[in-house]
Amino acid sequence: MINSKILVYDGSFNGFLTAVFTAFDEKVSVSDIQREDEYQSGLFSESETVITDSEKAKRVWYGIDKKSHTAIKQIYFAFLSESRGIEMLLYRYIRKLFSKQDASPSDYSDGIVLKTSQLAKSVGREKHRMEAFVRFQLTKDGIYFANIEPDFNVLPLISKHFRSRYADQYWLIYDVKRKYGLYYDLKKVEIVTMDLKELLTNSIHKSETLTAAEYDFQDLWNNYFKSTNIKSRINLKLHQQHVPKRYWKYLSEKREVV
Amino acid sequence: MSFERIKEKLNILADAAKYDVSCASSGSNRTNKNKGLGNSTGMGICHSYTEDGRCVSLLKILMTNYCIYDCAYCVTRKSNDIKRAAFKIQEVVDLTINFYRRNYIEGLFLSSGIFKNADYTMERLVAVAKKLREEENFNGYIHLKSIPGASDELMREAGLYADRLSVNIEVPTVSGLKLLAPDKNYEDFTKPMLKVKNEIIQYKAEKKIIKSTPKYAPAGQSTQMIIGATGESDKDIMYSATHYYKNYHMKRVYYSGYVPVAEDKRLPAIGSQVPLLRENRLYQTDWLLRFYGFHVKEILNADFPNLDMDVDPKLGWALRNMHHFPVDVNRADRAMLARIPGIGMQSVHKIINARKFRKLNWEHLKNIGIALNRAKYFMVCDSSKWENRDLEPDRIKGLILQNSSGKFRKEYSNQLQLFS
Ligand code: SF4
Repeated sequence: MINSKILVYDGSFNGFLTAVFTAFDEKVSVSDIQREDEYQSGLFSESETVITDSEKAKRVWYGIDKKSHTAIKQIYFAFLSESRGIEMLLYRYIRKLFSKQDASPSDYSDGIVLKTSQLAKSVGREKHRMEAFVRFQLTKDGIYFANIEPDFNVLPLISKHFRSRYADQYWLIYDVKRKYGLYYDLKKVEIVTMDLKELLTNSIHKSETLTAAEYDFQDLWNNYFKSTNIKSRINLKLHQQHVPKRYWKYLSEKREVV
Repeated sequence: MSFERIKEKLNILADAAKYDVSCASSGSNRTNKNKGLGNSTGMGICHSYTEDGRCVSLLKILMTNYCIYDCAYCVTRKSNDIKRAAFKIQEVVDLTINFYRRNYIEGLFLSSGIFKNADYTMERLVAVAKKLREEENFNGYIHLKSIPGASDELMREAGLYADRLSVNIEVPTVSGLKLLAPDKNYEDFTKPMLKVKNEIIQYKAEKKIIKSTPKYAPAGQSTQMIIGATGESDKDIMYSATHYYKNYHMKRVYYSGYVPVAEDKRLPAIGSQVPLLRENRLYQTDWLLRFYGFHVKEILNADFPNLDMDVDPKLGWALRNMHHFPVDVNRADRAMLARIPGIGMQSVHKIINARKFRKLNWEHLKNIGIALNRAKYFMVCDSSKWENRDLEPDRIKGLILQNSSGKFRKEYSNQLQLFS
């Protein structure tokens, strides 16, 4: 009987790297790596729950980084895609990197490398979209607040961008789907979870939470957006390709259509 | 401030500014200083897209649409019967800051009709930029229009606050300019361009010696030409663009299909189709010149004064130069790979990396993302299967067109009907 195991981890990237460490360290033959909230026992394999250990995770991170800086970035981005079976794909990729055979992040003729780089690319695209589509709304507490609903878990990736751009204002970006947010208090960014009483999306109803001037500025922006349009050049297909419909409810310039 | 009044002004002054197609907010290198507001490093971000599919990254407005000139192609011209308005300096500053803080924009693109005279107008543009930088500690992107005829002193000051400066030449030929903007001098356009170019050269030289030299227009300068207003050929346009790239170190030349804004015998009638396909072909050509190592004479010359409308300029060039093909992708150098139709610069880069590991065959190339339905007629790879019929260029063109659905297909067939 082949002695293969399912490794179960807590869903964090550090947890995943710890699982990889365990697999290498204990020379486990891994049949799957699964998040604990999605764990399904296999008929023929036993499972082991991995306790996240940031020291072990760090060793794997630096180990990969030493092999290739592009690879560690791609692995991190691809992981955040949360796509099904991502753990095993990345585990195979990492094994390849550490094995003798050539595996380079620029070898696009290799299937695993290609798949990872494609996922990383999709996540990268979503990161850019969020940097573009976040719309802050000024609350009466003086916080610039935005709620978002990205396809992938990109909050960790956009933190730096917003921190360096909006260094002199309080801001909070909240991921509605994953139920956590980033809060900047003029000094540092913190991860926060909270009970959102209402979603601040486009609706006729005006929220008590926001300042009155906030709605005036949204109105101005909305107007501005309309006047930039050149009717004789209209191309709605291209427009939707750039601004997919699923994001519209968070974009104030799209208020009337939603 | 009164939002109603501002809204009215914004409608008028944004509407008049929209014909300037430049939306770039990239290429600067301003970091956030002293915990201020904003930065403009690296790639600019498109925060939204207009319904005609263009990037919205800057608050693009005119300071005023009062103008003493009467350029035939311009909505703002003196003789046009339209509503006029003017922003106060502080109003533009407030709008910019409030839009920026909400992550609507990367910064401001401020242009203006010419009110009183060139210097008076330029002074007001500079005043806005100065206020943003010095009073608001704003490090976002600022693009100012260089007003034709503005003095060297003002242009010098403008570059200290702005990331980019631009003068729109608008009409690609001097004779066209005489016809459509008779009260403007060609030199009025080139003078501020020349000043900006020289300041940038000087800045770069001084910067090497004294690190703290204040920045001067770090994102360089650009210009715009309108296409299809006068009878100029694609050759006229691209030779003129090449001239501005070379002699004024332009970062970008923009091509803007003329949108008729006036009934004027010298111009296409209101309601004429905007030449979007032609505009697209010109951008493709511009791209080939800047990134693919083509020389303008290879693409446009006395024998071929106009671009093909049915195929892109790279494919057009390849079909006229079949003696360079087929290219072996496993051996060819970067420059030649870049000339294969269907292979973009990113693919060139990927091919060069991937072929270090193994010889590439069709499967590999497909995974890399090459448009094989075009490329296959012009290349060979590690496979015994390749296009070995000795096809005539016209036949290849036919085969490629049959199997492609370019974004301008429909429009192209409309335009063909117009010509047939
Ligand atoms: S000077 Fe400028 S704003 Fe005035 S009419 Fe001519 S192009 Fe238009």
